[in-house]
Amino acid sequence: MLRFLAGRLLALALTLLAAAALIFLVLEVLPGDPAALILGVNARPDTLATLHHQLGLDRPAALRFPLWIFGLLRGDFGESYTYHAPVAGLIADRVMVSLPLALLALALSTTLAIPVGVFAAARRRRIGDTLAMAVAQLGVAVPNFWLGLLLILLFAVKLAWLPASGFGGWSGGIWHGLRSLILPALALALPQAAILARVTRSAVLETLGEDYLRTALAKGLSRNAALWRHAVPNALIPVFTILGLQFSFLLAGTIIIENVFTLPGLGRLIFQAIAGRDLIVVQDLVVLLAGSVIVVNFAVDIAYVLVDPRLRQSGPR
Amino acid sequence: MGDARTRWSARRWLIAGLLATLCATPALARDALTLGMVLEPPGLDPTAGAAAAIREVTYDNIFEGLTRIDGAGHVVPGLAASWTISPDGKAYTFALHSGVIFHDGTEFNCAIVQFSYNRARAPDSTNAQKELFEPIADIACPDPHTAVVTLKRPDAAFLFGMGWGDAVMVAPNSAAGNQTHPIGTGPFRFTNWVKGDRVEMARFDHYWGAAPKLARVTFKFVADPAAAAAALLAGDIDAFGNFPAPEILPQLRADGRFAVVIGSTEGKTILALNNARKPFDDIRVRRALAYAIDRKALVQATMSGLGTIIGSHYTPNDPGFIDLAGTYPYDPTRAKALLAEAGIASGTHFTLALPPPPYARRGGEVIAAMLEEVGLHVELVPMEWAEWLDQVFKRSDFDMTMISHTEARDLAIYARDHYYFNYHSDAFRSLYQTYLDATDPRTEIDLLQKMQRQLATDEPNVFLYVLPKLGVWNARLHGFWVNDPIPANDLSAVAWGE
Amino acid sequence: MKTLARLGPAMVVGGAISAALFGMALVSLVWTPYAPSAIDIAHRLASPSATHWLGTDPLGRDVFSMLMAGARNSLAVAVLAVVIGMGVGVPLGLFAAARGGIIDDFLMRAADLVFSFPALLTAVVITALAGPGARNAMLAIGIFNVPVFARLTRGTARAVGARGFVIAAKVFGRGDLAISRAHILPNIAAPLVVQASIQFALAILAEAGLSYVGLGTQPPAPSWGRMLNDAQTYIFAAPRLAIFPGLAIMLAVLGLNLLGDGLRDWLDPRLQRPPADPAP
Repeated sequence: MLRFLAGRLLALALTLLAAAALIFLVLEVLPGDPAALILGVNARPDTLATLHHQLGLDRPAALRFPLWIFGLLRGDFGESYTYHAPVAGLIADRVMVSLPLALLALALSTTLAIPVGVFAAARRRRIGDTLAMAVAQLGVAVPNFWLGLLLILLFAVKLAWLPASGFGGWSGGIWHGLRSLILPALALALPQAAILARVTRSAVLETLGEDYLRTALAKGLSRNAALWRHAVPNALIPVFTILGLQFSFLLAGTIIIENVFTLPGLGRLIFQAIAGRDLIVVQDLVVLLAGSVIVVNFAVDIAYVLVDPRLRQSGPR
Repeated sequence: MGDARTRWSARRWLIAGLLATLCATPALARDALTLGMVLEPPGLDPTAGAAAAIREVTYDNIFEGLTRIDGAGHVVPGLAASWTISPDGKAYTFALHSGVIFHDGTEFNCAIVQFSYNRARAPDSTNAQKELFEPIADIACPDPHTAVVTLKRPDAAFLFGMGWGDAVMVAPNSAAGNQTHPIGTGPFRFTNWVKGDRVEMARFDHYWGAAPKLARVTFKFVADPAAAAAALLAGDIDAFGNFPAPEILPQLRADGRFAVVIGSTEGKTILALNNARKPFDDIRVRRALAYAIDRKALVQATMSGLGTIIGSHYTPNDPGFIDLAGTYPYDPTRAKALLAEAGIASGTHFTLALPPPPYARRGGEVIAAMLEEVGLHVELVPMEWAEWLDQVFKRSDFDMTMISHTEARDLAIYARDHYYFNYHSDAFRSLYQTYLDATDPRTEIDLLQKMQRQLATDEPNVFLYVLPKLGVWNARLHGFWVNDPIPANDLSAVAWGE
Repeated sequence: MKTLARLGPAMVVGGAISAALFGMALVSLVWTPYAPSAIDIAHRLASPSATHWLGTDPLGRDVFSMLMAGARNSLAVAVLAVVIGMGVGVPLGLFAAARGGIIDDFLMRAADLVFSFPALLTAVVITALAGPGARNAMLAIGIFNVPVFARLTRGTARAVGARGFVIAAKVFGRGDLAISRAHILPNIAAPLVVQASIQFALAILAEAGLSYVGLGTQPPAPSWGRMLNDAQTYIFAAPRLAIFPGLAIMLAVLGLNLLGDGLRDWLDPRLQRPPADPAP
């Protein structure tokens, strides 16, 4: 087990390094000069040169890459060209928007999807099931940014219940921040919930169909007991696997949704940083996002192995 | 503010639930303002970056210069109470206000003037308009409240330039931190910047001039126009100095709570042509393009009809403006004839580079369709600003591009040796040089008009229209600028009325 | 009627919607009520009527014509993205399954690497690098599809490979390529087809998302995602502009998903629908 862990950890670190090198390389060849963007159309060549020097852009890439990597290892994320502030602080601010948003969306989608999925499985082929699955089928097909637009139209423009955009901030209390996240979280959560409900339903149905449960049912176990004591707990394993996969979906989803609702999260930061050629911010963000996805995948892998020790030899999936 | 908002929203719930209608806005504290802006400034130091958004937050609110530009575009006294100019036009003697302190208590005096100007023109300066300071030969301080700036040569535009955001006064002990924590002499002091969301400032109690009416100001950044409108309608934002989308204005007007005031910016929107590249070196082709574009329809489609059509690189706000909009009336037949005369075959292919603003992206589609009508095939090339600056502006690698030149009174760009659209006219250059040397205002005006005519004749670029300033604010607010002679949201005179 | 019933309602409805979608896209090649990029400023923002079935947009273009032409662009991007994904992913998966060991490990780690970039981020970077446009959007979505097919192929191929007849073939000395072609591919075709229909639907969503943020299909070619983006500032003046393209995307994805479900039940009733993979 230890060897397996060590191997996987090494692979993880190498994957991250490869990701870092890739994004660094891509940004190197990307046309556009951050200094020219900052100084605008009347900048003189000598002013540009001064700014290049101040930003450290006059150093060769072969030096900047290791400097950046070693900085990261020491926990130094560098300083943003446009904000003139440490990137770590910038990212921390944005995480306080994106993470609550993703978690809220995750919480909404699970609390919605699992009961619906179990309900549908319990009433298989009856009207409730058909209806729930039809709605889920629709939900899967709805683009989340369009849903966001519709939610704005209804709740912010027509009813004026919730803010259309922007972020109130946490300093004014939990509700102050939370109310700005409700509509975007809903837009993210509903399509996810639709997928999750379908997965839950089929997972529950599958465990209900297992031989041991059929035997138990035949021996007089009540349908409800079979459902809640056996089928649902067993079905949760695939459901949580999907949740793990959805993490990266949610991360990506927040990027677009934050643009729809103009939330100051990681997604808007990355768009802004690419447009502003704030290279160091883009690099840090990509490594951070890729890193979190890799770590979650790793955790899922480990969970698989813990559940099924046979996988230790051959690797999961 | 947070408290008031929560209560206000709780009340909204009730109202919405019970009446399902919008009620009269309840009374809020009358000395706080939330002002919307589209773009967040990259840093808050106007002396170290060109972005208009920096000025739109800080100009005359946090930072002030010796002179200032007022809402009508005039140069008026700022930190300098008055000035005299020597007969040879080279020495400017500024009488500085006394009793002025920075927000951190630092005293403002002639040493600050020396520091600020020397910093801007130093070899390691990163001032985006370093050119403005280039004429300065020396700054002397005969006494703490007098500054004598000596120029290398007379410069009629010097006082105007010293009123720009790039020439504001900064103190030696705080200048380095101004990007994130600006400290100036203005009526408002910076309090907080929630990056990606808002900048907050508060009334500066020791301000040297008339105390501003507003106690607290929040600049809120909302990139999306629909979201901006919703925030206005919901009362989250009180005002937009320049609202991003003209197409939403009818809804805001209809609401009744807002004053919608259409002014003008300095944004001369043009279809820039690469005069060094065939066939744009042929005046017949450039004129054909001018005839082929229906500017009225273009303004209708992209700006909801708001925006003044122009015929030269000059706006009605500027001194000596003459209306040349009728020089090349919409006439596709004539355009086709001119193209044929110049030997341009039907179906000739050009590219049109489009930077990100909606005026360019949408306008590009309309212009492409109009040029298609006269037999040209236009490929649209959308670009980010970084690419546009690099490819179009720096390397001049383009056929056509749609762009708004926002700098005020910038006829000088047509006299430059290397500028991206590569216009070269000895006639224009000699006019411009004569203008620079002129000392008599009437001669200046005459020359300004001759330059406008010269450009309209040569049509180096197709001059389209001036971007409007779409002011939207709560009708009980007053004191905003109507026009934008320079990028600014000067809030010193803004107040809530009854 | 009897055959329709045997196909199942999902297949019938999904097939009908998908056929309508492809039909619309094909018809748009030769006919649309108006030229989709014909600007008519005098009739801008017209309401739906007999002359303009779904009204006109801010530049006076016919919305229905734009939707038809948009279907063509969306489908083209989606089809090619899936073709790229399958064309590269399936051989890689087969190869990994056949060889196992280090090669297998390496390929699967590479798949992890691609997965670890949120897809939209990949797309943003690719389009920023190569310029926004339909071709690069298709490439970005395609690249993200590669590991999806590679993993699925490898997984199912290994399961099939453990069965008796494949082991027998190996014992008789047949080569990897021959075994893959003759025995494994036919046995994993069903899940691949089902996955393809799902990825196809996801690719349509992805293309719409990219175009919505301005990185997909570029003007003047009409695109559902960009129509939504354009509509956003007109959400007060003409909310219908934001409704129709969204409905078109939803219907398209719904139809293809239903078709996928139907195919699964039809090809192999026991087969579980694979979970939808994260889309950008």
